Amino acid sequence: MSDAPDAAKPIPLPVKDAGPRGFLVSSAPHLASGATTQRIMFDVVIAMLPLLMVAIYMYRFSAIVLTVITVAGCLAAEALANKLRGRSLASLSDGSAIVTGMILAFSLPPAMAGGSKFYMAFIGGVVAIALGKAVFGGLGNNLFNPAMVGRAFLMICFPAVMAMWTPTAKMLPEETEELALSKGVEVSALTQADVDAITTATPLYQAAKVSEYVAKANAEPEKAEKYQQKANEIRDKMPGLWRLTIGNVGGCVGETSALLALICGLWLVFRGIADWRQPLALLVTVIVFALITNAINSERFAGPLYHLTSGALMFGAFFIATDYVGAPVNPWGRLIFGAGVGLLVMLIRVFGTYPEGFMFAILIMNSLTPLIERWTTPTPFGGHVEA
Amino acid sequence: MITALRERMSGLKSFQRGIHPPHRKKYSESVPIELFTPESNLLIPMSQHIGPPCKPTIKPREEVTYGQKIAEIDHPISAPIHATLAGKTAMIAVTLLPGPGGRRCDAVPIKLASDGEALPPDFLAQFLDRNWDSVEPTSYDPEEIIQKIRAGGLVGMGGATFPTYFKLKRNPDQPVDTIVLNGAECEPYLTADHRLMLECPEGIVCGLMLAKHAAGAQRAIIAIEENKPDAIEAMKKAAQGRPDVEVMVCAAKYPMGGERQLIPAVLKRVVPSAPKGLPLNVGVVVVNVSTAHGIARAVVKDLPFTHRVVTVTGLGVKKPGNFLTPIGTSFKELIETCAGGVTDQALKVLAGGPMMGPTVPSLDVPVTKGVGGITVMIDAETMHREEQPCIRCGRCIDNCPLYLSPTKIAHAVKHGDYDLANQYDMQACCECGCCAFVCPAQIPLAHYIRAGKNEWNHIQVQRKAANK
Repeated sequence: MSDAPDAAKPIPLPVKDAGPRGFLVSSAPHLASGATTQRIMFDVVIAMLPLLMVAIYMYRFSAIVLTVITVAGCLAAEALANKLRGRSLASLSDGSAIVTGMILAFSLPPAMAGGSKFYMAFIGGVVAIALGKAVFGGLGNNLFNPAMVGRAFLMICFPAVMAMWTPTAKMLPEETEELALSKGVEVSALTQADVDAITTATPLYQAAKVSEYVAKANAEPEKAEKYQQKANEIRDKMPGLWRLTIGNVGGCVGETSALLALICGLWLVFRGIADWRQPLALLVTVIVFALITNAINSERFAGPLYHLTSGALMFGAFFIATDYVGAPVNPWGRLIFGAGVGLLVMLIRVFGTYPEGFMFAILIMNSLTPLIERWTTPTPFGGHVEA
Repeated sequence: MITALRERMSGLKSFQRGIHPPHRKKYSESVPIELFTPESNLLIPMSQHIGPPCKPTIKPREEVTYGQKIAEIDHPISAPIHATLAGKTAMIAVTLLPGPGGRRCDAVPIKLASDGEALPPDFLAQFLDRNWDSVEPTSYDPEEIIQKIRAGGLVGMGGATFPTYFKLKRNPDQPVDTIVLNGAECEPYLTADHRLMLECPEGIVCGLMLAKHAAGAQRAIIAIEENKPDAIEAMKKAAQGRPDVEVMVCAAKYPMGGERQLIPAVLKRVVPSAPKGLPLNVGVVVVNVSTAHGIARAVVKDLPFTHRVVTVTGLGVKKPGNFLTPIGTSFKELIETCAGGVTDQALKVLAGGPMMGPTVPSLDVPVTKGVGGITVMIDAETMHREEQPCIRCGRCIDNCPLYLSPTKIAHAVKHGDYDLANQYDMQACCECGCCAFVCPAQIPLAHYIRAGKNEWNHIQVQRKAANK
């Protein structure tokens, strides 16, 4: 206003008449909510602890080994990056590297902990922080979700291990009997090593196979019966909804129990740490997509509940898609982001060659984030400022 | 999330978003208003309103009586300044203003007259006089009310210091249908308006009715936050028998007292964005509680704006309270005489409350028309941590009552890209500070935006000068 010409001239501070006692000069507001980056990160860690407990119950030692190794890898990379950039190591304590490490560990197959393969997990952790975060300028500047970058790197370097699924320690009795029969020993004589050595199919892999066989049966009518039989065989082996919900199925370390992931995720939402928009949009998209495909061909495509409870979906919806940095900040942008992830996950699951597509969906939507933000710049309450 | 739900269920008037800072009003809310008469000299600044500063109309070493006009300027956006106590003027001095940016301006010093003569007798009783029921607002000519408000030097006492007469003046292009009395006092710590509503509700209601009549409004709304139930009761009682007045209880939420939040809350009307949009555009004028009280005094008793209630509070003062203070008193004398002085832990002194109040570097600044409180904070009360990188959590966006993107504006300002900042509607910001309050990375977002607005105005002035 009319004060501006005055303000333009710098006025020297009144040193002479500053009074006997000076007070701190700072900008309003002088109160803060008390939220800190560190507290947010540790709240996320706390929310993931129950999932880790279940993972330990299901996969025993493998879960702990993987988590410790990836977190160590992340912290080491963060420390190294800070050293190289001439910064203090203070950022190690903000907890973001620990969150990245845990999410990465939770999205790795437990088989990676076996034998001498655990160095892969360490590499994954290092790459997640180094190539996923540090190269962009550290916390807050990364374009992609670091944990997903680390996982993608492992998927390229060690595709065989990344597709090796061990059954849970809590197998069903008939499965244990089957295993004992194949080994030619009594059930009581089975060791943990025997269990670890076998591989199993993830529910999503089974669903993808069913879908493939049904498609083939439709394409080649002369062999229809054979394919149909194969599909039915797999379908019989597919776990029921309850097993999926509690997580007693093969899969990644932390992605098995959909119910617990949902509970922990909701806790994060109520704590105000995770936004409700990404999970809601994501889950709704997945349900709608599954309902439509299931309605078109219920033999070939699994229903919405199967999709919701299997794979990384529930864990990812609340813990990966809600990652702040790679997702848009605008409210509508977050809805679009969540819906986009949901759509891509379902496209990859249903029509792609990979049984699970959460990682790709996140990385693709991360790359679209700047564009989404441009579309969804919020309109101020009273409309845009008139020029 | 739960608080928001509770608010929606309660039926209280509210607006979208905003924050819930700690109230901390208990230090001073039960302390009755006391009169404070300083003993040392007054220093009355010439710039106490938005608009060009006043020019002194008296000579140095001239005797002035209480309420005598000492400065004015011929400009529509201005308010004359009066001698707040009787005494003798001295040479024009320069003083620091209790506002942001350490602005300074000319000031008229007044050496006080000997004891007992500086102020009319029984001033406090007169100020809080509750016999206003006999006043019939419609018996005044609207033009006369406006003239008296202007002559009384009234400005918006909520802190914006916009000349009151200018807001109330009838404008055929933009008729006013509703006048809202702002008794929200959403700023933490401050209780000056709360005390005034308790101790002189009749005067406030009378001023509101006069303002309503002057502006030609049909309806008057008294808006008070729910955390002041006694004030709600007192105002309801005082408003009984007055036509077209309604008391509305608002949620205790910050910044409820901002015009752009209060109007949607009580009337469901959206004020167009600043800087061009005004409440006037939607037919509303918002008047602060203290201003309404001043209107009644100016119109009915022809008394100018010389004193205001100032809350002195915070853990940094020994005896918090609410004091009827003459304009021009130094912070130092007010705090030392009335509030028992500052404690050794005192860290910051704010001219106002902790959400929007700017700090003052020393106590040698005068109380001006816009200062409703002095908050002295100790280290444990306040927050100052190192700024960390933005983690894009979106809390500033989720809590901005104007739906802006503070983090984006702050980034643009940091990089000196003011055009980009304007694309994100930097000018619409009301500087309430919600964004910085919620920021987990301790980024002083409100500060960046304030700085950006100043810098942008500066650039505009330079551009204009270059084009001439």
